[in-house]
Amino acid sequence: MPQRHSILAKLAGRTGRRLVVLGPLLWLAVFFMLPLLETLQVSFSVAQRSIPPYAPLWGFDEGGFFTNFTLDNYGLLARYWQDYIGPAFNSIRLAFFSTLVCLLFAYPMAWWIARSTPKWRVFLLVMVMLPFWTSSLLRIYALIGLLNPNGFINGMLMWLGVIEAPIRMMQTDFSIYMGMVLTYLPLMILPLYAVMVRLDDDVIEAATDLGASGVQIFWTVIFPLTLPGVIAGCLLVFIPAVGEFVIPALLGGPDQLMMGKVLWTEFFRNRDWPVAAAIAMLLLAILTVPIIYARYQDGRVDDKHEKETGAR
Amino acid sequence: MAPFIRLNALTKRFGDVLAVDDLTLDIEKGELFCLLGASGCGKSTLLRMLAGFEQPSAGRIEIDGQNMAGVAPADRPVNIMFQNYALFPHMNVAGNIGYGLRRAGMRGQSLNGRIEALLKLVRLQGYEDRKPNQLSGGQRQRVALARALARQPKLLLLDEPLAALDKKLREDTQFELVDIQETLGTTFMVVTHDQEEAMTLAGRIGIMDKGRLVQVASPRHLYERPANIFVADFLGMISFVEGLITKAGKGSIEIDSVPPITAAIDTQNSKQSKLAVGDKVTLAIRPEKISLSATATGEINEIPVVVEDLAYLGVASNYRVKAANGQMFKLQQQQSRRTTQPLTWEEAGFIQFDPSDVIILEG
Ligand SMILES: Nc1ncnc2c1ncn2[C@@H]1O[C@H](COP(=O)(O)OP(=O)(O)OP(=O)(O)O)[C@@H](O)[C@H]1O
Ligand SMILES: [Mg+2]
Repeated sequence: MPQRHSILAKLAGRTGRRLVVLGPLLWLAVFFMLPLLETLQVSFSVAQRSIPPYAPLWGFDEGGFFTNFTLDNYGLLARYWQDYIGPAFNSIRLAFFSTLVCLLFAYPMAWWIARSTPKWRVFLLVMVMLPFWTSSLLRIYALIGLLNPNGFINGMLMWLGVIEAPIRMMQTDFSIYMGMVLTYLPLMILPLYAVMVRLDDDVIEAATDLGASGVQIFWTVIFPLTLPGVIAGCLLVFIPAVGEFVIPALLGGPDQLMMGKVLWTEFFRNRDWPVAAAIAMLLLAILTVPIIYARYQDGRVDDKHEKETGAR
Repeated sequence: MAPFIRLNALTKRFGDVLAVDDLTLDIEKGELFCLLGASGCGKSTLLRMLAGFEQPSAGRIEIDGQNMAGVAPADRPVNIMFQNYALFPHMNVAGNIGYGLRRAGMRGQSLNGRIEALLKLVRLQGYEDRKPNQLSGGQRQRVALARALARQPKLLLLDEPLAALDKKLREDTQFELVDIQETLGTTFMVVTHDQEEAMTLAGRIGIMDKGRLVQVASPRHLYERPANIFVADFLGMISFVEGLITKAGKGSIEIDSVPPITAAIDTQNSKQSKLAVGDKVTLAIRPEKISLSATATGEINEIPVVVEDLAYLGVASNYRVKAANGQMFKLQQQQSRRTTQPLTWEEAGFIQFDPSDVIILEG
């Protein structure tokens, strides 16, 4: 009986699909949620000289149930907020401009890749992702080699006689942004490419046919239709960029303290895990609340649409 | 007066492919012209050249007396309705229809009024806030039509406007499309590979084959007086008989098939009048012109046959019958109350057709 067979196949397909999702879900729960919960717990605990260097949040001893729960860590952050606001601002500014520069570079690149012939597309995408397959640390050291006062670029320019003395490129904003953009550019290109490759040529031709100029086509058709890719790419770059620690430390000067550095100092230099955890949680809240709010607004708009259609 | 649209020796080459080959065609103002041809014969390419998306490799396009060479798509008095509609998915119905008007600088009350009028024309009032993915296929088709009509083009190009609709909806929409065209008086050029659709829609049909225009005529003329074997075969069912002319009289010819077939000559047609004994010709007969009976009547062009195949269609039945020399004929018998017992498989009978119903095509 073919019908019964197809129902069975459907059932198998459904459970199969569940199983397929279950694996990653479990993985996420174990390796993402648990450390997050652990960090949250640590942020409410007190520091002590032990391994690990904090007191358990709660437990049982001879006296029965005990807890070390405290809001002191957050209180500390509130009291000394001036010490933290600077690095936080630096990090967010760095992340913001890195995201912006990545977007400006990635948008035309992704467009060009998406409009190439399928054979070229594969090649170009591999070229975009190739640096990802090498260690990021290695890439940063290579960049240092290029930008150093006695590095490749300065050496070349002096040899050519363009400049007399080496230009200072290392430990400037330029070197930091260079490192950030080089590291994060693929994360911006890929989601943009994904929406652009699905964009129909016909829609653009229709706009041309209806009298739109190139600029008008971009702002009324291409940009709105690639916006999901823009948002995805910006989130993918911005969020890790805020917490970025290695690039500013290696390429930047000592004058600009980043949030990542502050975290590192609290964790490893001061060995104050609870305060470090509190900083991390606060940072997480600052970053995720706007995103969740945006998603929530989005969902409400969708709901409204559905209601309207249903009513008619 | 010069024709409204004039295509002269229009050619488009893609590398080695000749997509449109030396095509010359005049279209009058207000005409509903239909381009009919098999897939890949160059119909879309021709439309895209008219809309300005492709540059002709050679030849000339004139619209309303104006040469279109070097004129950008946006500046042509032409709009196109795409094969897959190409609606803007992020805009609602009103946004889609008003897009071209906004680009022309229309705003506010006049814009809304115009959109309202277009919605009424395509019977979509009340749908202005829906997104394309909240519409049925037929509704999308009408949005695309309204959007293409919004700028009041002198020529509207429609690339397979009904291909995405199911059969029933397609038939209703065909008449609607003709209605709208007649109401507006806009010149329409419709591309299709569905011959029935072309026959229903068009005042004139152009048959295309491998980039060339084979014949341009009214649907009736194309069906009853096809210019060659390709057109005869392309439009509807037909039976072909090849042979050499054995008798060439004043009003008719006879060919050497067994038994011989007599065909009336169209005296208006100079080529047919010149046919002489010994010339090779192909005769063609439409299925509904052939009658089938169990007994012989002794009339002209009567051929004994055996029923090979039979398909019951409700109003009529389609037969495939075989003559003694192996020649096949396709014919259609109306279901009639008087017919006692229609012939069925393997039964013998006689077919007969009038000499004036025989189409003479060149060898
Ligand atoms: N951009 C192009 N590059 C190369 N060849 C093309 C291009 N566009 C069309 N062709 C070729 O030109 C020929 C005509 O194509 P066209 O799209 O005009 O056919 P069509 O009649 O519209 O077919 P269909 O009914 O399938 O839409 C085809 O052989 C096609 O492969
Ligand atoms: Mg086509």
